[in-house]
Amino acid sequence: MSTEPSYDLATGRGLIACPSCDALHLREDMAPGETARCIRCGHVLAKPREGAFVQLIALAFTSMVLLIGAVFFPFLEVSTFGFGNASSLFDVALAFADGVLLPLVIAVLAMIIGLPIARAFLLVYTLAPLAQGRPPYRHAATAFRWSEALRPWSMAEIFVIGTAVALVKVAGLASVHLGPAFWAFCALIFVNLASRSFMCRTSIWDALEQSGQAVDDRDPSGTSSEVQHRPASLADPQAGA
Amino acid sequence: MSAPTEPQSPVLTAHRAGLIGCRSCGRVWPQQETHCHRCGAELVPPDRRGLQAVWAWLIAGLIAYIPANVFPMMSTQTFAGLAGNSEATILGGVIELIHYGSWDIAIIVFVASIVVPVGKFIAIGWLAMVAGRPANVEQAHTRLKVYEVVEFIGRWSMIDVFVVAILSALVQLGFVASIKPGPAAVSFALSVAFTMLSAQSFDARLIWRGLPLRSRAATHRTE
Repeated sequence: MSTEPSYDLATGRGLIACPSCDALHLREDMAPGETARCIRCGHVLAKPREGAFVQLIALAFTSMVLLIGAVFFPFLEVSTFGFGNASSLFDVALAFADGVLLPLVIAVLAMIIGLPIARAFLLVYTLAPLAQGRPPYRHAATAFRWSEALRPWSMAEIFVIGTAVALVKVAGLASVHLGPAFWAFCALIFVNLASRSFMCRTSIWDALEQSGQAVDDRDPSGTSSEVQHRPASLADPQAGA
Repeated sequence: MSAPTEPQSPVLTAHRAGLIGCRSCGRVWPQQETHCHRCGAELVPPDRRGLQAVWAWLIAGLIAYIPANVFPMMSTQTFAGLAGNSEATILGGVIELIHYGSWDIAIIVFVASIVVPVGKFIAIGWLAMVAGRPANVEQAHTRLKVYEVVEFIGRWSMIDVFVVAILSALVQLGFVASIKPGPAAVSFALSVAFTMLSAQSFDARLIWRGLPLRSRAATHRTE
């Protein structure tokens, strides 16, 4: 849309490199609902959605509530010959607290409970000020980077499939009832799916960059908040270099 | 999906433009920068040297996968060992499931803990060998597809670890039956984690480094 050069091949201003294949793209304004893909590998570069930040915050809170419920409510109930055992994940953690397999239990609980809660918290920390149009909190960029780096390690949906397999294995041995915590995990899968459809990293990074955080000494920010992708081109490129 | 329609003109990459792109947030910086000023991530040039980390994690994953198959995943004790005390390896667990007649679950476990890990070792090893080598656009797209599948599917191998964790937590019925996790559970979890790290440290940008600079150029450059 702009005819004046809004990019600089010497400093990288106004350019985006595809994280998957390194192809250079120009940053341009996008309307909500559009999706930008890499011309070479098809990697989604940006897909801004209207009101995505508020939605993401709401979904993050939802998953926090579900996860806290999932820790303390009974997960599965098993009974045979009158011996019964209803266990919440919290009980499980306590039961293994002194065994040699403690590291395994800690790792499993971290992957299914700890990391999802941590990610939800980091996301709220990053987005809450941005959604209200205020400058981000300190270290918001680090928080968001960690939240994205932890994504492959939070495995709630895999845990649900694992539970299904375990149910079949134990069915011959005892009768099993599903507890509320199991359904919380199922709900969590859908919350995660919804969250993923609203997530656009590029929009969040751009918002972080433009909302007053000094990210770059060559790139005096705060020049314009209404033009989405062009603040650097309006400013003097050599201002602080 | 954007089909490979562009190969007429070669694509300018950040690397060829003398710049460096951030793999975490996409921002582009001059080549001498070491950290992204926007997100704080380390800036790594697309370089075959980065493959050392891939190989290291892959070998660690392979080593951990051996005890994971040899030792029992879990041991089941029924009636304090009087009615039976069985230990099952990964493969043994699959066979047991087939005996129960639950083919569907047996297939899930077999795919998640044998087919996927072994396929992943082969796929990552192949990618690390061919990355950065001369290629045409179709080959590059094939490699990218393989990489995406490996990255997506890797986490699902954790199913078996979760099964053992749930069963051993749940089946603590004192005299009647109890299940204990075996040493293979830990080494299998480690193996999956190591191969996930291996896939993550693979730099997908290397897939495209081998493309010829000019579209019809027959002179494949070796570097």
